[in-house]
Amino acid sequence: MSDAAALIRLSGITKIYGSGQAAFQALKGIDLAIDAGDFVAIMGPSGSGKSTAMNILGCLDTPTSGSYEFEGVHVEQLTRNQRALLRRNYLGFVFQGFNLLARTTALENVELPLIYRGEPASARHAAARGALEQVGLQGWEHHTPGELSGGQQQRVAIARAIVTRPAVLLADEPTGNLDTQTGEEIMDLISTLNRDQGITVLMVTHEPEMAAHAKRVIRFIDGRVESDRRNGEDA
Amino acid sequence: MLWNTLLLALRSIRRNLMRSFLTILGIVIGVAAVITMVTLGNGATKSVSDQISSMGSNLLMLIPGQRFGPGSEGAPNFKNADVDAVRNQITAAKAVAPVVSKAVTAVYQARNWATVVSGSSNDYFQAGNWQLAAGRNFSEAEERAGKAVCVVGESVRDKLFGRQNPVGSEIRIKQFACEVIGLLKPKGQSAMGSDQDDIVVMPLRTVQRRLSGSQDINRLTVSVREGASIDAVKTQLTLLLRERRNISENEEDDFRVMDTRQIAETLTTTTKILTMLLGAVAAVSLLVGGIGIMNIMLVSVTERTREIGIRLAIGALEREVLLQFLIEAVVLSSLGGIIGIIIATAASIFLAGLMGVPYLFDPGINLLSFFFSAAIGVIFGYFPARRAASLNPIDALRHE
Repeated sequence: MSDAAALIRLSGITKIYGSGQAAFQALKGIDLAIDAGDFVAIMGPSGSGKSTAMNILGCLDTPTSGSYEFEGVHVEQLTRNQRALLRRNYLGFVFQGFNLLARTTALENVELPLIYRGEPASARHAAARGALEQVGLQGWEHHTPGELSGGQQQRVAIARAIVTRPAVLLADEPTGNLDTQTGEEIMDLISTLNRDQGITVLMVTHEPEMAAHAKRVIRFIDGRVESDRRNGEDA
Repeated sequence: MLWNTLLLALRSIRRNLMRSFLTILGIVIGVAAVITMVTLGNGATKSVSDQISSMGSNLLMLIPGQRFGPGSEGAPNFKNADVDAVRNQITAAKAVAPVVSKAVTAVYQARNWATVVSGSSNDYFQAGNWQLAAGRNFSEAEERAGKAVCVVGESVRDKLFGRQNPVGSEIRIKQFACEVIGLLKPKGQSAMGSDQDDIVVMPLRTVQRRLSGSQDINRLTVSVREGASIDAVKTQLTLLLRERRNISENEEDDFRVMDTRQIAETLTTTTKILTMLLGAVAAVSLLVGGIGIMNIMLVSVTERTREIGIRLAIGALEREVLLQFLIEAVVLSSLGGIIGIIIATAASIFLAGLMGVPYLFDPGINLLSFFFSAAIGVIFGYFPARRAASLNPIDALRHE
């Protein structure tokens, strides 16, 4: 593992919710390095801080203390707008609840990040169609989330996440709302993206079968990293 | 950035058609109601002041009692001798028209029409600014002898004769027949809303003998010579009538002398109060519209907060999200405002025609209600969005 070239480096990250008596420390000092092209599954029981860590990694939330370097840039020193631009240009998100815009066609949902990037309409349409085809949804472009199954909605969400060709795909329990078989299909899709396009994948899950698709499994307990091992190695 | 944001705003409006429609509807109703009410009120005020200025500013009206209508029963009517005294002693009076009014049914062949007969003299036409459209007015002999002749107004002609010339025909009033000798030019509606052309004028003596059966006179209309002081004439008239009616020094007048300026003030004050009242009622509907918009916006705030979270997560800047919501709010409320103004204009023109008042475009109330509605839309559309957009993306996404 070449620590110097790590894509993401967390050191001493803590997160405290609330203040005073009611304060709750969700993260108690996380040190972590993730290389480009890796596929990391983050596991742990509820309340272990895995989702908090994921949100901080995705710049959706800010740590209370500690340093977070993304390609050598100190994220904790960035402004709100700079973090938004970092999400726009380097990160793609897939959520447990899909989080698609309601009453909005699949194509328009996938186009959305490109609109914020200021891409011209023709390039936008082509890229969005390409991304939908890549997740196996050609022919479903003009359906709204209400007309799609859960698995299809998650595919649209994945297409939206990868349409900008991000460096990192962050997936928070992407199969949590899906049945086992559909979940497996989604995991296959994510694995393919990691293998064929070299997208770094960070995935939170509590299902060992899903974590089995990852190359590296990090286990959180009580706001700390409990174990960190590569799949195929023996614990 | 502006162009893309505009695209997003329009997409969002189209996607949420029901919400957009309800927002627009609230604004349309409020704006249309306020503008229509105020415009009609202005038209009514204008019509009243027009009527009054058509009456002339040099007119005095004498009525028994202290006010119009019922309640003046105690005060005696004027007598023929009072008219002569006014004619002889008030030198500044140009025309003195005594009036005795009687409600009657006029009949011509198979048609009949309920109207009011006024017994007066030729001074009536002069004081009231009446012009003849056809025929002639009364001769001295007719006035003296109380002949059964009459001059009719346009509405009476229309009801009894249609488009036919009435001069020379005979109409029947009560048990006697009366020759129509003249037709008056139309004057339209009066300041009080009654039809001034619904009128039959006969010599005073004719009405006193054949219809009222007494020597009483209901009112006097006096027009004052150009250049003479109206207030001075008023004082003279008051003194003269007090003397003639034997009112002692410490008693109040049992009659009233009014000039047209006074009447004008009373009437325009009344219509202005009515306009304000209508405006207030309409303002309530604007407010209700505003509350409707507020409800729609607040109900959708959860969905919109999550939407804002999604947009922020995929890399929208806070200001891009805000601009989109601002554009949405401005587009919806301006659209509502414009539709409201169009509806109000159409409704005002139609209702003004129906009510017989002039249509006056009032830019002030149009602008005011437009900007008020736009402000409501922007406040309730934009400020909840501003709160949501300032959250951490994850908090906005998890909003319940």
